Amino acid sequence: MTTLTLSRALNEGLRKALEANAKALIMGEDVGKLGGVFRVTDGLQKDFGEARVIDTPLAESGIIGTAIGLALRGYRPICEIQFDGFIFPAFDQIVSQLAKMRYRSRGAVKLPIVVRVPFGGGIGAVEHHSESPEALFAHTPGLRVISCGDPADAYTMIQQAASSDDPVLFFEPKRRYWDKAEVDTEGGLAAALPMDSARVLVEGSDLTLLCYGPMVRTCAEAAVAAASDGRSLEVIDLRSLAPLDVETIFASVRKTGRCVVVHEAVVTGGLGAEIAAQVTQECFYSLEAPVLRVGAYTTPYPPSRLEEHYLPDLDRILDAVDRSFGY
Amino acid sequence: MAVKDAGRAARPGERAPASRAPASRAPAREPERPERRADPAELIQLLTPEGERVEHPDYPLEISAAEVKALYRDLVIVRRIDFEAIALQRQGELGIWASLLGQEAAQVGSGRALGPRDMAFPTYREHGVAWCRGLDPVKLLELFRGVSHGGWDPTEHNFHLYTIVIGSQTLHATGYAMGIQRDGAVGDDGEAVIAYFGDGATSQGDVNEAFIWASVNNAPIVFFCQNNQWAISEPLERQTRTPLFQRANGFGFPGVRVDGNDVLACLAVTRKAMQAAREGQGPTLIEAFTYRMGAHTTTDDPTRYRLSAELESWKLKDPIERVKQYLIRTEQAEMTFFDEVEAEAAAVGSRVRAACLQMPDPPPTSMFDDVLTTQTTQLATERAGFAAYLDSFAAQEPVLAEEGR
Ligand SMILES: Cc1ncc(C[n+]2csc(CCOP(=O)(O)OP(=O)(O)O)c2C)c(N)n1
Ligand SMILES: [Mg+2]
Repeated sequence: MTTLTLSRALNEGLRKALEANAKALIMGEDVGKLGGVFRVTDGLQKDFGEARVIDTPLAESGIIGTAIGLALRGYRPICEIQFDGFIFPAFDQIVSQLAKMRYRSRGAVKLPIVVRVPFGGGIGAVEHHSESPEALFAHTPGLRVISCGDPADAYTMIQQAASSDDPVLFFEPKRRYWDKAEVDTEGGLAAALPMDSARVLVEGSDLTLLCYGPMVRTCAEAAVAAASDGRSLEVIDLRSLAPLDVETIFASVRKTGRCVVVHEAVVTGGLGAEIAAQVTQECFYSLEAPVLRVGAYTTPYPPSRLEEHYLPDLDRILDAVDRSFGY
Repeated sequence: MAVKDAGRAARPGERAPASRAPASRAPAREPERPERRADPAELIQLLTPEGERVEHPDYPLEISAAEVKALYRDLVIVRRIDFEAIALQRQGELGIWASLLGQEAAQVGSGRALGPRDMAFPTYREHGVAWCRGLDPVKLLELFRGVSHGGWDPTEHNFHLYTIVIGSQTLHATGYAMGIQRDGAVGDDGEAVIAYFGDGATSQGDVNEAFIWASVNNAPIVFFCQNNQWAISEPLERQTRTPLFQRANGFGFPGVRVDGNDVLACLAVTRKAMQAAREGQGPTLIEAFTYRMGAHTTTDDPTRYRLSAELESWKLKDPIERVKQYLIRTEQAEMTFFDEVEAEAAAVGSRVRAACLQMPDPPPTSMFDDVLTTQTTQLATERAGFAAYLDSFAAQEPVLAEEGR
């Protein structure tokens, strides 16, 4: 066990991925000498060379488009999109090509490509640097969409993503890059929870709190705060947004009878809406209250001086918990 | 030519430690990097780094002492604003700042070549152009402080909002120029557009599409590329193997390379290109060959990727010093003039600083404004819910509400 920041855990995981498979590549803007703007790829170009850790031209469509070509030639690119808001020049390549090529070829083509995306707000950034576009990709059949919430998951999930033969959109909670925790870098991946499974982070009996990425820590804190009010919250880190681990979700809601979904993304049309629909359909007779959602308002990301109002926080989560118990 | 880190060239032997999977063969790369050297024959210069006025047959420039002094004043003031903003960021008053240090001449020269009816489309670094267009620098600080996303009306100074997504604005500029054509505003007394972007941006699809659209429409637009040699940590050779200005040929319009640290040359070259565009002769690509003297932004650490020798060599080509030397050498300005400009710049700096320190945060409910022309029922409901939620803190627990800030 070593104590690592989330960004360092990703770095170690990427290093393992490059060691594990000679076909694995890293490509993106500033990922080489600089080691990425968040230093996630720090030192990897030095150790694995410019042919495997590639500083690409400044063109996101090009990053994903050429990654597809490299994958067709047997390589396994791990791409970095520098910030959430800059994935859109690559949207066409991701949605129309990356997500569909396996289907179009009736399984003949596989595209083992990881697209790493630092996402979410809370760092006081200028526009386009704080967005949460994950639902757009979860809405796109043919992609796996996952997100890590802590350093240990960051370390294993990035390796699992790299060894997946499906395209994986890997959302990294950028405001948690500096969070530290114990990570087991000795044990292999065999014992690790699969990347498409949710994890019950805190067991509880009164209400199910669903979250992922940056909200995992906040929800764990909410469970502690609620406990002092005598409420037992079960916190589930979804980890996989597409596909959703619905078995874990349903089992918990059947037990607790209440469900609140938390994400930084805009509530309207977000992951919470999908989860609420599925939970309502499958757990209808267990529910004591409607599924509630906590997330961003239906506005573009505001100037950073307002982001604390825009983003869900402990108070807004506890407020939703209160409302759920009010039914 | 600037000394570049030799480590960038592929050195297959030095790459992977033996324990690791063997690195596959690196793509071949030539040791020579001609695109980083500005061939003097191709570089339009009217004022040498030593402050000597030189002539160029294609760009005769009649300029009075008063005009040169006005340019000098602009250069000094925009550098001062930049300096002040960097300091404010260091003190926690701004979230981030993208410095224009080293690029003052490219921005002031091109900015002063525009007429009031011309339209400019900037990136996020065009503080010098903003100054020339008459935008209050405090507006720029609002954006970098996180109080607004810009928030100015682009029609007020014919200066569009800053665009952070690399390259997007070149298409907007092209479309705007197509609008000028449709308004019949090309010809004698015509209007034109200038689109700013960086060397890194030239890799974006949007920028290449803008070149095509402008070309096939013969749109009245000037593409002004500030080649500052770097796109964050990536040197120019990660974006191009050919001098950028030469790209224009392939798209079907002229391209020129100007000394981007020479305010007179930037003025003359942009004037000519804008005039050609206004008269209906179509687009021009101007590559202003310059250097980003500072970090990419205040969060960047350039020591990780570039050598200080490069910086030192560019210091000798400082865009402001050469104008000063020229004014002194030709006795067009007294020493008191320089003192006056210094004092004026300091006053602008103090005013900007004070305005920044007094800048209030926007009211929280303002985040619901201007999403659409009319408030939707959904947004109205969200806004009311949010306001009630905020009030619940104020009413019940004033202390909590304070902490919530
Ligand atoms: C589409 C997009 N991708 C990535 C970024 C992140 N980014 C911001 S500035 C920059 C480099 C830009 O280089 P250049 O065009 O040369 O302009 P400069 O910053 O040197 O003025 C990058 C990659 C962005 N803003 N937009
Ligand atoms: Mg640049």
